[in-house]
Parts: sequence; structure tokens; C-alpha cells
Amino acid sequence: MRTNTSPSLVLELLQRIARVIKDYLGVLSEDSLRKNFVLVYELLDEVIDFGYVQTTSTEVLKSYVFNEPIVVDAARLPPLGPASLFMQGSKRMPGTAITKSVVANEPGGRKREEIFVDIIEKISVTFSSSGYILTSEIDGTIQMKSYLTGNPEIRLALTDELTIGRGGRSIYDYGGSSGSGAVILDDCNFHESVHLDSFDVDRTLSLVPPDGEFPVMNYRITQEFKPPFRINTLIEEAGQLRAEVMLKIRAEFPSSITANTIVVQMPLPKYTTRVSFELEPGAVGQTTDFKESNRRLEWSLKKIIGGSEHTLRAKLTFSQELHGNITKEAGPVSMTFTVPMYNPSRLQVKYLQIAKKSKTYNPYRWVRYVTQANSYVARI
Amino acid sequence: MAPPPVYNQRSPSPSQPSGKGEVSDLKMQLRQLAGSRAPGTDDAKRDLFKKVISYMTIGIDVSSVFSEMVMCSATSDIVLKKMCYLYVGNYAKHNPDLSLLTINFLQRDCKDEDPMIRGLALRSLCSLRVANLVEYLVGPLGSGLKDSNNYVRMVAAMGVLKLYHISASTCVDADFPTTLKHLMLDDPDAQVVANCLSALQEIWSLEASKSEEASREREGLLSKPVVYYLLNRIKEFNEWAQCIVLELVAKYVPSDSNDIFDIMNLLEDRLQHANGAVVLATIKVFLHLTLSMTDVHQQVYERIKAPLLTLMSSGSPEQSYAVLSHLHLLVMRAPYIFSSDYKNFYCQYNEPFYVKKLKLEMLTAVANESNTYEIVTELCEYAANVDIPIARESIRAVGKIALQQYDVNAIVDRLLQFLEMEKDYVTAETLVLVKDLLRKYPQWSHDCIAVVGNISSKNVQEPKAKAALIWMLGEYAQDMQDAPYILESLIENWDEEHSAEVRLHLLSAVMKCFLRRPPETQKALGDALASGLADFHQDVHDRALLYYRLLQYDVSVAERVVNPPKQAVSVFADTQSSEIKDRIFDEFNSLSVVYQKPSYMFTDKEHRGPFAFSEELGSLSIGVESADNIVTAQRVEANDKDLLLGTSEKEESRGPGNNGSAYNAPAYDGSPALTAAPQTQLDLVSLDHTPAASVSSTSLAIDDLLGLGLPVASTPAPPPPPALELNPKAVLDPNSFQQKWRQLPISISQEISISPQGITALTTPQALIRHMQGQSIHCMASGGQAPNFKFFFFAQKAKESSNYLVECIINTSASKAQLKIKADDQSTSEAFSSLFQSALSKFGLP
Repeated sequence: MRTNTSPSLVLELLQRIARVIKDYLGVLSEDSLRKNFVLVYELLDEVIDFGYVQTTSTEVLKSYVFNEPIVVDAARLPPLGPASLFMQGSKRMPGTAITKSVVANEPGGRKREEIFVDIIEKISVTFSSSGYILTSEIDGTIQMKSYLTGNPEIRLALTDELTIGRGGRSIYDYGGSSGSGAVILDDCNFHESVHLDSFDVDRTLSLVPPDGEFPVMNYRITQEFKPPFRINTLIEEAGQLRAEVMLKIRAEFPSSITANTIVVQMPLPKYTTRVSFELEPGAVGQTTDFKESNRRLEWSLKKIIGGSEHTLRAKLTFSQELHGNITKEAGPVSMTFTVPMYNPSRLQVKYLQIAKKSKTYNPYRWVRYVTQANSYVARI
Repeated sequence: MAPPPVYNQRSPSPSQPSGKGEVSDLKMQLRQLAGSRAPGTDDAKRDLFKKVISYMTIGIDVSSVFSEMVMCSATSDIVLKKMCYLYVGNYAKHNPDLSLLTINFLQRDCKDEDPMIRGLALRSLCSLRVANLVEYLVGPLGSGLKDSNNYVRMVAAMGVLKLYHISASTCVDADFPTTLKHLMLDDPDAQVVANCLSALQEIWSLEASKSEEASREREGLLSKPVVYYLLNRIKEFNEWAQCIVLELVAKYVPSDSNDIFDIMNLLEDRLQHANGAVVLATIKVFLHLTLSMTDVHQQVYERIKAPLLTLMSSGSPEQSYAVLSHLHLLVMRAPYIFSSDYKNFYCQYNEPFYVKKLKLEMLTAVANESNTYEIVTELCEYAANVDIPIARESIRAVGKIALQQYDVNAIVDRLLQFLEMEKDYVTAETLVLVKDLLRKYPQWSHDCIAVVGNISSKNVQEPKAKAALIWMLGEYAQDMQDAPYILESLIENWDEEHSAEVRLHLLSAVMKCFLRRPPETQKALGDALASGLADFHQDVHDRALLYYRLLQYDVSVAERVVNPPKQAVSVFADTQSSEIKDRIFDEFNSLSVVYQKPSYMFTDKEHRGPFAFSEELGSLSIGVESADNIVTAQRVEANDKDLLLGTSEKEESRGPGNNGSAYNAPAYDGSPALTAAPQTQLDLVSLDHTPAASVSSTSLAIDDLLGLGLPVASTPAPPPPPALELNPKAVLDPNSFQQKWRQLPISISQEISISPQGITALTTPQALIRHMQGQSIHCMASGGQAPNFKFFFFAQKAKESSNYLVECIINTSASKAQLKIKADDQSTSEAFSSLFQSALSKFGLP
């Protein structure tokens, strides 16, 4: 090895390079790379010179880079596989991710003036076997992607009752704060383009958004919040070589909201040979599977409407008798999901103001909220 | 829009055609286009160039079209130019003759009207990497540095560094470093400044070994005016350049506390940066600036906690891991600061193994009276988990917590519950832990033995676990009713036991059992010794033979050797010395932290920065006493039969009759030959393999037994008269010293003890320097303050100019010195080493 470099710098850089390429090509995939390798060479040449990083700003690069991207159709692309490691964006931007190049012109010739602001919250919750919340955390990002010409200044106003840092209190000191509308961030950080001049006064961020996708702000919350789903699990022995599992999911958010792409997983005892499932009557868009290779039960639901409850029953057959406690041989139950237009922290963007260039200038503004499960686990 | 490159339509299989036909086609087509001025020529060229580059990318050699490419490059189309530069940069190095062709047009482009083209041409020119073309670089570089456009200056600054690596003398002769220095302090563009700084740091570091001036210039980069100038512009730099500046500031030595607070206030908001690299670089500055101010240093820990935890939970798993490694380093230095944040280190089910493992280490590190219950409860959840590797790690973590806490009741109960889970791997891990626990807390033996006794040895297959169980059977033969019979059945299956470690333990255990319960064990012992003597494994054979002869000689002597009264292990030694840990801390925000090794252990020698006194000495961390050094041993009554003598890996215990001084590692205790002898025997009956770390002491002791008498520093006997004579008036200038130090390999690296008189006399480095001078060993440089001193000595042979160089690091609180000796004449380095050690041992004597 030649030099003892900073690992964070290298990883951050790889991720930025991926983001720059995504800004240029719309999507980062094997196909888009193949079609645009000359452009990618050109980008890399400007990003790094003799091992020293020069810039990773799409904005700055635009004046140095002359190849035009060949945009590939995102819809029919296979995922990128291992390289997607560096695409934090794809993890943070579910389903609706914008796959439009920042630099390429629209087929019509003119670019559409628009700006996307996504409030993305990844939540981690661990429930004890009695349903009590052991740990909970929200990792949030306010992500911006601007297609505005001329880089107008933007003001982004957040929830008034926003506090940063938990003072001398222990981080896991629950209670007190819940019920009031206050949002307490444990910590947060900002993109370098963000000016915090009036942040302390009125919780407003002002910035001139550079081209491309970037996180305006990252934040972390350990304040108690209402988890979107409750999970009930029952596993019981039913005879010597049999057991029964009952999984119940209850959506605890308003019925105006619908969660999608829900997957519930549960490791089963290793002697399990066969599983027969029983879905609730009239179930639509639900599938079940027993993954024999890793003895895992998998239950997928296309959508769950707020306030509803869903149950799965499964009968397990074992090849040999279990000894010991069956709850020690199975579980915990984990869950992944996406809930659009919902964020448990209740952090809101009150308004998004774009400095007007003319009376007719009225770009599209998209403010979206989405919640994703990071580690959502119920012990049994 | 241009069609995609040709290979796209083919299958992307690795077996590409050699492309010979295609390449000659390309050559033809390029030739046709070269002179053409027809409209649309540029588009056609673009397509062709793309093809050439696509071939290049997939590994087809297209160097044969070099001259055609150059001919085609006469164009004003910048996309074409860029592709051409890319091509030229790729092939120039291996086709130096052809590259001469490009010089002309590159030089012309360096004078183009368009600054982009000037910059690009200059970058390509400097990237040719052809040594005999450097003369063509000097002119364009010189004007590039003065260019009115910042892009060109930015490229030129990097170009100087490239030139330096091709031909250092050309670069220095053209006085480019000085130009860069002026540019760095004047240029309005922050990226130009940053590039100048990067280039100068590299150039002056490499030059420092050759010239005093460069070495001074390098120090100059760390001077207050330069550092403040850069800091005042910090917000102009982009995030990557900020990292470079912050890295420099971390090496800055502040003049007073105002200086420190000024810098910290200025950088405070960098801790809120979204880029983790900037945050970590800032943290490094804060930590290093405040090292000498204990209170502020603690405040810094409090301040950096939240940003680090945010970085840990927001990035990709790889980024989390990098941040976690740094958190781990900090947690090890200040566990109490993070003890209320323990929940942040709970594992999430979807995290990769490497992140979980590190989190478990954090949990063990932050465990204290207030949070142990909750941490252990959480760990027990993981232990019951279906993820077996994590379950194992979790059990080990519970064990480690038990070993570091005094209130272990609850934990012992949990461990014993693990044994009741009846999962093979859980049982195996737990047995190993129970063994270690008993060695530290013999008072728990009754509870543990009751449960362990119920485990059928048939359910224990893993060698480590089996060895642990067997050890307990031997050690607690009196309390375990079935011990002789279990051992007997194990011995019956001697031939099926594949692990030598287990067979060694069987021998020792059956011996111990025999000494306590002779009638019941006699048969088993006879069988074991017979099997052992016939064993093909050398160690097993030898141990059996030793026991056999011991018993033959005198059973009571055998008892004293195999089953002596033992002391409980007070502290299981840390695997890393505190010096290593401090070095890693010095290298905060680097791979050292991830690898948990200082950089010299993993970077290539030739790429390591030049040896520098100031830096080396400056990096000596001062007086940070690691907690592992403080041994709070509990004395256990000497008549307790179950006492242990620590002979296993990674542990330390008090030597008999030693009045409470803590040793860092048994290998280095420098015992005089007399006490070393019995220790050797004890090592032979140790329950584990002799660890690598103690090999030196063991072999030393054996050598002593054989009468070879290697001189040891504290040996009272005078060393043999030196065959080597040193020149009392030796001289060596610092530069040659540095150069030699860099070139020569280490012939001897050793840790030795220093006599108490020596330690007392070492109030200042000068005292030792004067003393050594009297022994014809001269000092080149010295530094540090109590308890760490560092010296560089040199000496010369009396009649020839053969040099010896020594790095000597003395830690007065441990009474240890670490020596690294390098010699021109390696064959005499042993002799010199003993001379040096004898000189050192006389220090402080009247």
C-alpha cells in the first residue's frame, strides 16, 4: 500500500463520483456506463488529477465537460448489483426516484423548470417480545434535486418547533416531549451550500442549489415516535414435530396513507422441512414463501392501508424433535416497507420559496415525504 | 447522437477478439479523415475516436494508430481533443518515440486562446510520463503557472508535481517549488491554492532528506502565518481541499491556548458538514490541539460524539464501519464518555457482520456498573439468535464484560444459562469463557463446576471448547465426581482426537487429576502417558516424556511442577501495547484506525514519508496512561489449591515475590536467568500453546539453562568484554543519519528493562546523552518528556567508518526501553547491541 489515506474520504469520494455520474446519465447502470464511457472518462479526468480530488460538484463540472450523455431508458434496466453500494441515492429515493439527467435536454428541446425536495426517513425500531419499544431511531435526509436554470436562491422553511441537541438529558430519556408538536433532533449536518444565517431564528435554510442531487440536511432523532406498524407474533408447538406460527401486522397510521412493498421475514427452526400457509380470507396482493435454503418464512404484501390489520398463519413440520424453547430457535421477525407521504418525525417543510426571476417564472416544486424501514425488528 | 460503441452489440463476454482486423480498419479510416475538411468530418472523427477508446478500454492494443490519432487531432472540436488527449496519455509512456509526435501539437495547444484547451493540453503534456521529454515541459508549465485563467493555473500546479515525479532535478532547477509557494500565498482561486499546497507538501517532504532548505520550507508550511492564512480562507475551499488543509492544521503546534481556541472556534461549524471526511479531519484537529489540555480534551469528546454518531448511522455500511472504527478508538480511550450512548451500538438485524462485530466490541468497551445489566441482556438476545457467527461473538462479548467487571454474579448466571440452551456452538463458546472466568475468579468455581459437570463431553467437539472442558476436569478434579472417569474415556479415544492442543491438555489434566486422586486415575494416567509417548506430534510426545521422567524422579517434584499453588489472573493483557495505540491515535482519520495498526506496519517502505525527527518526536504521545497498564490485582491466599499461574496467551500475572509492579507482557519482563529457569518449566506445562509473544522469553530462558548466557540488561553479572571498539570522536551529520536510517534495515529490535537507578537518573534527556557519550555513543536527536523519552544515537567503529544507528524509546513508568538498531555492518550488530545495552545498564550507577 502506498499511502495511509482517510477511509472516510475514499468512501465519500466513491459515492460522490457515483452521484455525479448519475446526475449526468440519469441512472447509473451497466448499460448507461457502456453507452457513455467516454463521458465518464472525461468526468473522472476532471474529478481527480494525479490522485488529488479537484471537484465533485456537477455544477462546476458542467463547465469542463463537453460530451453529451446518451440517456438510457431507466424502466428496462437491470439493477446495478454490487456497485449499487455506492448509490446511496437509490436507497434513499424509493420507487419514485427521478431518473432524468441534469445536463441532457428534454426531447422537446427545453428543460422543464422543476425542483424536487424529498424528506426521507429511515426508521429503526426494535420491539421486545412483549411489544415494548427497546430502541428506536430515525435517520432522516432532506434531499434536493434541482432542474432550475440560472440557480436561483431558495428558502426552505422547516417546522418551527425544531430543537437540536438533547442538552444534558440522556438520549434515551423518553416522555415529556411526545404529545407536544416539538421535533427534537439529536444532531444534524448540512450541505456546504446551505446558509444557516436565519436558521436559529426561524428555522429557515437558504441556499443556492447546485445542479444535481444532494442532501441539504441529514438528521438523527432518537426522540420517541409512534411506529407505523405493530407486529404480533405467536409461535407454539403443536405436537412433537409440528408448530404453528401466527403473524399479525397492524398499520397504525391514518387511512389516507398507504404503505407499499411490505415484506415480513422470520427465521424458522432449522429442522423445519415444510410450511403450509393460510392467508386471511379475501387477501389480495399477498404472497408467501418458505425459503428452504436459509429456513426463512417470507410474507410479502403489495400494500397496506392505514388502520388495517393483516394476519398470516403458518403450520410448520419438523424433521426432528425440538428440544428447548421454540422461541429460541426462531425469529426475530423483521419487516421492510415504504410509506409515502408519511414521516414519523413530523418534521415538515413549511414552504419552499424560489427567488423570482420574472412574473411568469413559476417552476414546479415537488415536496415529498417518504418513510422506509431500515431495521424494523420484533423479537419473539 | 452517436451510436453506441461497436462492442455493445456483442455479448459482453471477456473473450474479446484480438481486434487486429478492426484496428487496421480504423487506421485506414482515420487516415482518410485526417486531411479532410468536408463538413461533418468532426462527427465522423468522434465516432472513430470513440471506437478507438472503446478498444483501449477493453484491453485491445490500439497503439498502432498513434500517428493517425495525432494527425486527426488538428481540430478545434474540444470533445475530439479530449478523446485524443486521453488516448495519448494512455499510450505515451510505453511508446516514448511516438510521444515525441504529440509534443508539437500539445505545445501549440498550450498557447491556444481557449483556456480550457490550454489547461487540457498542459495536463496531457504533464501526463506523458516520458523522462526524456521533460525539457519540453518546463516552458509551458512556467507560463501555465502565470496564466490568467484559474483552470490553467490549477492544472499547472498539479503539473509541477507530476514533473517532480518524472524528474525531480528538472523541477527543482526550474525553481518551480518557489513559484508554487508564492502562488499558494497569493492566488485568488482556492483550488489553485489547494493544489499548490498538495504539491508542495509532497515535494518538500521528499526533498527534505536531500536539502536543509527543503526541510525548512516544509516546516514553514506549518508556521503560524501559513496555517492562519489557509484557515481564514477555509470556506472558500471545496470540501476535498478543506480536508487537505485540515490535515495540515492537525500537525500545527499551537503557540498558546488562545491559538488553540481561535482555531477551534473557527472550525466549529465544520463539525456540521455533511461530508464525513471533513468532519473526521476537523475532529482530528480538535483532538490533537487539545491533547495537553485535559479538561478541554474531555469537552472535545463530548462535542464530537453527536456528529460521529450521526455519520455512523447515516451512511452506507462501509462508511459506518469507517466511522465506527474511529468511535472504537475513542471509546477505548474514554469509555465513560460513551457509556450513556450504549444503545447506539446495539446491532441492527440488516447490518453486515463486520459492522455488528465492531459494535459488539464497543458494547464491551462501554460497559460499566450503570449499563452492564442492559447491555448483557441485549447481548443474550444475540446469543440466542439464528445468526451463528454473531451469536458466538455475543457470547465472547458477555465473557469479556464479565472479565472486566468485579460484580459478575449476574453475568455468571447468564453464562451458565447459555450452557442450558443446548446449542453446540453456544456451549463451546461458553466453556472457553467459563475457563477464563475461573482463572480470574476462582471463587466462582463451585457454581460453575456444578453446571459444567453436567455437560456430556460427547457434545463438545470444538478443540478450544474441548480443551477448556478438559482443563477444568484436571483443575477441579477434586470437586467433579466423575473427573477421572471422563478423562479415562477421553483417553481411550486418544487416536480419534485430531487436535494436538486437546491431547496436550489431556496429558496435563490427567496428571493433575492423578496427583489429587491417585487410585482412581492411575490407569488413565498410564494409558495417557503411553499414548503420549507414542504420539507423532512432537510437543505431545515431549510433554508425555517430561511427565514420565518427572514422576520417575520424584512425585512431589512433579506435583510442584504440574500443580503448584497458583494466583488468580488479575488482568488479561491487552493485545496492543499502549505505545501502538497512541501511534494509531496520532494517525486519526486514516486506515491505521481501521486496520488497528500504525501505518508503518502496512505501507510500503518506499512510499513512506521520509524519516523526520521533528515529526517522529512530535508524535510521541505524552503521558497518556492507558488503563490497561494499571493492574489492580487481587491477592488470593497462597494456600488456595486452585490458584492459577498465568501461563496462557495474552495474560499477565504477578510473578512470585514481585512487589506489585505490573508487567506489560510476560515476554518482556526481563527476568534474570535465575527466575527464568523455573518459569520455563512452568511454561512447558502450560495449558495453552506457548504464545508467540512469549517465545523470546522462553527461548531466552532455555538458552540460559543451556548455559549460553545471553546478556540481559538487568543481569548483575558484568557483560563479556566487548570485542567491538567504538570511536569516541565519531561524527555524523544529521542528513547522512536520516539517509542511512531510511536505507538500512533494522538488524535488532528489542525491548529491555532499565534499572531503577537508571530511571531515577533520567530526569532530563541530557543526563542520558552525557552518560552515553562517555561510552562513545553519541546522540543525534532527542525529545519527549516524562514518562516517554526518545533518543537517536549513533556510534562508529574505532578503526573504520562503519556506523551504528539506534532508536531508543524509554518509558520511565514501565522501566522499559525499546531499541531499534541499524548497522552498516550487520554482522557486528549483535556485538554492538550488547555494548549498547551494557552502556545503558551502567546509567545511574555511581
